[in-house]
Amino acid sequence: MLTAILTITLLAIVFGLILGYAAIRFHVEGDPIVDKVDSLLPQTQCGQCGYAGCRPYAEAIAEGSADINKCPPGGEITMIALSELLGKDPVPLENEEAAEKPKSVAWIVEEECIGCTLCIQACPVDAILGAAKSMHTVIESECTGCELCIPPCPVECIHMHPVKQTISNWKWPYPEKASSQEDAA
Amino acid sequence: MNMQVKNSSRPLWHFHGGLHIDDHKAVSLQQPLKALSLPDILVVPLQQHIGEIPDLLVKAGDQVKKGQLIADPGSYISAALHAPTSGTVVDIAERVITHPSGLTSPCVIIQPDGKDEWFAGLPEPLDYQTCSPAELGQRIRWAGIVGLGGATFPSSVKLNPGPDKTIKTLIINGAECEPYITCDDMLMQTRAADIISGIKIVMHMLSAEECLIGVEDNKPLAIQALQQALEADADARIEVVRIPTIYPSGGEKQLIRILTGKEVPSHGLPANIGIVCHNVATIVAIDDAIKRGKPLISRIVTVTGAGIRQPGNYEVINGTPIGHLINQAGGLNADADRMILGGPMMGHTLKNEQIPLTKGANCILLTTKQEIPPTSAPVACIRCGKCAEVCPVQLLPQQLYWFAKARDLDKAQDYNLFDCIECGCCSHVCPSHIPLVQYYRYAKTEIWTKEEEKRKSDHARQRHEFRQARLERLEAEKKARLRKSKEALEKKKSAGSDDKVVDPKKAAIEAAMKRAAEKKKKLQEAGQAPANTSNLTEDQLKQIEAAEKRRKGE
Repeated sequence: MLTAILTITLLAIVFGLILGYAAIRFHVEGDPIVDKVDSLLPQTQCGQCGYAGCRPYAEAIAEGSADINKCPPGGEITMIALSELLGKDPVPLENEEAAEKPKSVAWIVEEECIGCTLCIQACPVDAILGAAKSMHTVIESECTGCELCIPPCPVECIHMHPVKQTISNWKWPYPEKASSQEDAA
Repeated sequence: MNMQVKNSSRPLWHFHGGLHIDDHKAVSLQQPLKALSLPDILVVPLQQHIGEIPDLLVKAGDQVKKGQLIADPGSYISAALHAPTSGTVVDIAERVITHPSGLTSPCVIIQPDGKDEWFAGLPEPLDYQTCSPAELGQRIRWAGIVGLGGATFPSSVKLNPGPDKTIKTLIINGAECEPYITCDDMLMQTRAADIISGIKIVMHMLSAEECLIGVEDNKPLAIQALQQALEADADARIEVVRIPTIYPSGGEKQLIRILTGKEVPSHGLPANIGIVCHNVATIVAIDDAIKRGKPLISRIVTVTGAGIRQPGNYEVINGTPIGHLINQAGGLNADADRMILGGPMMGHTLKNEQIPLTKGANCILLTTKQEIPPTSAPVACIRCGKCAEVCPVQLLPQQLYWFAKARDLDKAQDYNLFDCIECGCCSHVCPSHIPLVQYYRYAKTEIWTKEEEKRKSDHARQRHEFRQARLERLEAEKKARLRKSKEALEKKKSAGSDDKVVDPKKAAIEAAMKRAAEKKKKLQEAGQAPANTSNLTEDQLKQIEAAEKRRKGE
């Protein structure tokens, strides 16, 4: 009887020590799931999900307080990727109209710009260049198309231009015509 | 699969699969090579190669001479561009080019003056044996030479495999396996000596030990011409190898397999296994650049098929509109149906005769409906497995098809989608007429776009995080400043109450007040009321007196 109690106690202590050591030795800094979710989001920092940027939304998804269907720039592809990552069921997008918008970049009508710097302060990725009382311009290659610069502009000189299709960003189309007939057969 | 084929002296290997198809080569070999007359207008696209667009050096209105540099490669992977004839640059404009998208790209539009005068500042010919590989590479880069077999990758980059790679074998691709096309055949027949001479330059650059020229056995005249040139030269390191005619033996990795038995690793380059492969036309362009100081401004183009009146091979200058070539080749037959750039297996249909011929354009194929019937509607895959039998890369085309069709791009990549050379063998044999290659092309470009988007979003995240950090830093700095000034103020206050530090201003005021009080006291003691005239100067008193007098009207 005593031997049994002693043996079990001893074992408990040994395993407790191993577990305690492992907890310290293999401690994970931060929440890796947040990073994983964040890496799937499109990083437009547009706030259309209702959070202050992609990372806050990722944090909300990770702790379970936000749904995975709130990201219009990411569209269905992002939603499905998130559902696969988190083992959740895919859900229809909350704002489907916004998701169907073509990819655009901001464009400042330079003759109309009064140089108020309000758009510069609004840009989450520092893609607008300019100084007070001087004309501003958008660095096209850095613009994520978040549209956050449009509401602050007092003269409404910022417009969204769809990204032009060129030979370098052209894609071979999905063989649509073929597929319907294959399925029918 | 690993069986060797008997050749006169050298053992050859087979690659997996492949097809025996009618080569239709005789169609365009009925007449000798012809030079094309100058067209009315030349449209020279800036992007004729894989890589960055070169930097434009001319503007509308400029006069250019034949061979004058009109665009300079800015970055490493780019290619120079030269004026194909003398004339005037009339415009720099967007025009439709030979790309399968049918989209426009910036082009230099040149109106020839008909004189065809060479530029006076062309470089001197080089003696390759006294030049370093770097000097020769620089000349090849200047000449704007790209892979003329169709890939159009800048040749100077390919000829610089890096110091860590030793190149043992140079392989020259004269296989020209695609049906109908005979431009390389014609080149080998007419310029065999220049090919041998160019090979020696490239072998010198790469310090290669041996060179194998692979030519399919359906080109006996080309093989004969090369062998004669080789006999005249007597270089034991170079060998012409007759290879069996099987499509796609002209694929780089397939030709390497046939000639050496080696497999180029997946995602790897031939240079990884000590081999560099060049097309015969590229070699001639290199010879022209080194030995004659001429840039790449023209190439041989095959115009063939049942849809053209006089099929043949033509020496075409860069930027010639296809319509001009068709006119010179007798015009179209009434039943001409499709216009294909390249061959029937890998080419793509062009819609417009204004499209210019570029460095990579090897063949214009004009077919009739009897020759290439319109593609039948695809039906369901019956899983016959023929596609896997013919695939020269030993992929599983059927699996790739299912994944691409389901848009399961990760799975397609797991099944080595990117090793597919888009040779079209699988689509050719498919009894269900499924456009398999189209699915693979779709999946490939879709994956590239995804990767590009991922790269962009990572970049945006980085910029956003940097901005956040900067805003936080500014906020912290502001707070620190406020705290500091507040602390200083408090310190001063406490110092004032302790009477330890005396403010000089305060002291001065206090002293002045003291003096005034003393004066007041003195005057009171003397029985005088303090007046504001009491301590005025003599002058001021006189002025007051005068003013009083005026006031009283004296």
